[in-house]
Amino acid sequence: MSFNESQATQAAGVSTVMVAPPAAERVLDVRGLDFYYGKKQSLYGVDLPVARNKITALIGPSGCGKSTLLRTLNRIYDLYPGQRAEGQILFNGENILNAKDKPVDGAPVATSSRIGGDAAKLRARIGMVFQRPTPFPMSIYENIAFGVRLYRKVTKAEMDEIVEVSLTRAALWDEVKDQLDKSGLGLSGGQQQRLCVARGIAVQPEILLLDEPASALDPLSTSKLEAALMELKDSLTIVIVTHNLQQAARICDYTGFMLLGRLVEFRPSSDAFVKPETEAMRDYVTGRYG
Amino acid sequence: MATTETLTAKNLAAGQLPGSAVDRYARRKLINYIFVGLTSIATAVAITALVMILYSLVAKGFSGLNLTVFTVDTPAGGEDLGSGGLRNAIVGSLMICAMGMLLAVSIGIMAGTWLAEYGDGNKLATIVRFLNDVLLSAPSILIGLFAYELFVVPFHGGSAIAGAIALAIVTTPVVTRTTEDILRLQSSQLREAGVALGAGKGLVIRSIIWRASRTGLVTGGLLGFARMSGETAPLLFTTAGNQFFSMNVTQPIASLPYTIANFALSADDNWRRLAWVASLLIAAAVLSANIIGRHLARGSQNK
Ligand SMILES: Nc1ncnc2c1ncn2[C@@H]1O[C@H](COP(=O)(O)OP(=O)(O)OP(=O)(O)O)[C@@H](O)[C@H]1O
Ligand SMILES: [Mg+2]
Repeated sequence: MSFNESQATQAAGVSTVMVAPPAAERVLDVRGLDFYYGKKQSLYGVDLPVARNKITALIGPSGCGKSTLLRTLNRIYDLYPGQRAEGQILFNGENILNAKDKPVDGAPVATSSRIGGDAAKLRARIGMVFQRPTPFPMSIYENIAFGVRLYRKVTKAEMDEIVEVSLTRAALWDEVKDQLDKSGLGLSGGQQQRLCVARGIAVQPEILLLDEPASALDPLSTSKLEAALMELKDSLTIVIVTHNLQQAARICDYTGFMLLGRLVEFRPSSDAFVKPETEAMRDYVTGRYG
Repeated sequence: MATTETLTAKNLAAGQLPGSAVDRYARRKLINYIFVGLTSIATAVAITALVMILYSLVAKGFSGLNLTVFTVDTPAGGEDLGSGGLRNAIVGSLMICAMGMLLAVSIGIMAGTWLAEYGDGNKLATIVRFLNDVLLSAPSILIGLFAYELFVVPFHGGSAIAGAIALAIVTTPVVTRTTEDILRLQSSQLREAGVALGAGKGLVIRSIIWRASRTGLVTGGLLGFARMSGETAPLLFTTAGNQFFSMNVTQPIASLPYTIANFALSADDNWRRLAWVASLLIAAAVLSANIIGRHLARGSQNK
């Protein structure tokens, strides 16, 4: 077996199986992550290794914490006072959950003080696409330029090129190249979602997080989106939450199965779906869970 | 148990409803008729009142309208019917409203934004929201008195600026309230999408959330303008009125509501004519503001 770790442990009555990529290949390494919505704990000691230039899928029944886990990776939860994460998230070996996240004297730190420049810079390197398309109320061109201008000063010609390249890589260029000055709100749902992908990759992040990006799309739009993601793998790392197991099997290199706030099984997709080792994941992929 | 079920099933199959169900159906139908009747009457009463107001406004206002209304200032009284105009009052109203709207919109949008975007779980925000609602329903005569004490008494006399401040106090709560409501309609995912690109929260609010809400914000401003343009009480205390033309913001100034209050109940026919004309002008302003607002709103949706 080419994978160096294989362990079965006993956690909360569910056995866990971990077949992780080698440490040197990991761009993100989540270790012992606990997450709290106020007093309510939603993640329990999650370990998630994310291999560079691969697609990692997170699957699991509704409410198991997939979105929560994704939202800790770019610290978007910072926006909400009372939400906090404990543990380690190593991004290129550097912990992005620093001491500032710990509550002081039990009281959550005020939101404003936590949105420091650092979290914002981090988010420029770890992009995110949401379940519902979220085009900004501006032109297609401006939708993409918005993020680019935040951190780089570029000429008009450079911006034109960034817009074209991003849209091309998101498989949207051909459909919108004649209407770049039209509002992004006028596109179809599938086009809007690809616009959001284009917007996300225009800032050249190292990682792109996607939370059920295809759940509101028709099959054709879905396959266009999937094709775009496969192409993107060359230059960035993708973590995607999905309810669509075929999709996970089709496009993902690694699959993590979550249950009740825990990561129960993690392995290369090729064998994850053929022979899941944990009973919980077997039940899920054979359709015995909701 | 089984027999009742089959019986009911038979009745239904025969197209008959069980006795009690017929009664209930008839009763519900009756109640429905009564309800529709009552609401129709209420609507008719409201529309009749509105039509009567509009009719007298248009009839009396239009008949008194002539070119001198716009070119000549308010008369001293006792002149022939048809002489004198409202120039000073029109200009005064425009100035006061423009200054008042500027204040109300800038404060109201900022305050509403703060309440919507930063006010969650914040005690101060709860208090501010409560006070804003109190102010929203405060009688404008009280606000006039307040502005009088603060901005007229210390300066030994009324002024355009004092009037504008008084009107702004009346209007700000309207703008604040609608701004907060409108911004809360935007999905949290849109905010997160901006932040997820690495933008700060302030920038996301200014360049994404405000833009997504601009239709609603314009509507909020128009609601404020509608409330403001008819307000009389605050102006009575604060602007002191002015028979002559003035564009000095620190001096007493004429205005349409003030002129109406002064002229409408007098024995002078010419004054009463001008009061009607002034009323017509205010109604026209509110109406066109509404139409423009709706037009803008529709335009921005199609874009
Ligand atoms: N804002 C919140 N406040 C409190 N609890 C929350 C919040 N968001 C999610 N939760 C809880 O955290 C747990 C995990 O939710 P999460 O949204 O991460 O699940 P999920 O796996 O993404 O589910 P789905 O597949 O339905 O999207 C759930 O029990 C949920 O009720
Ligand atoms: Mg989710």
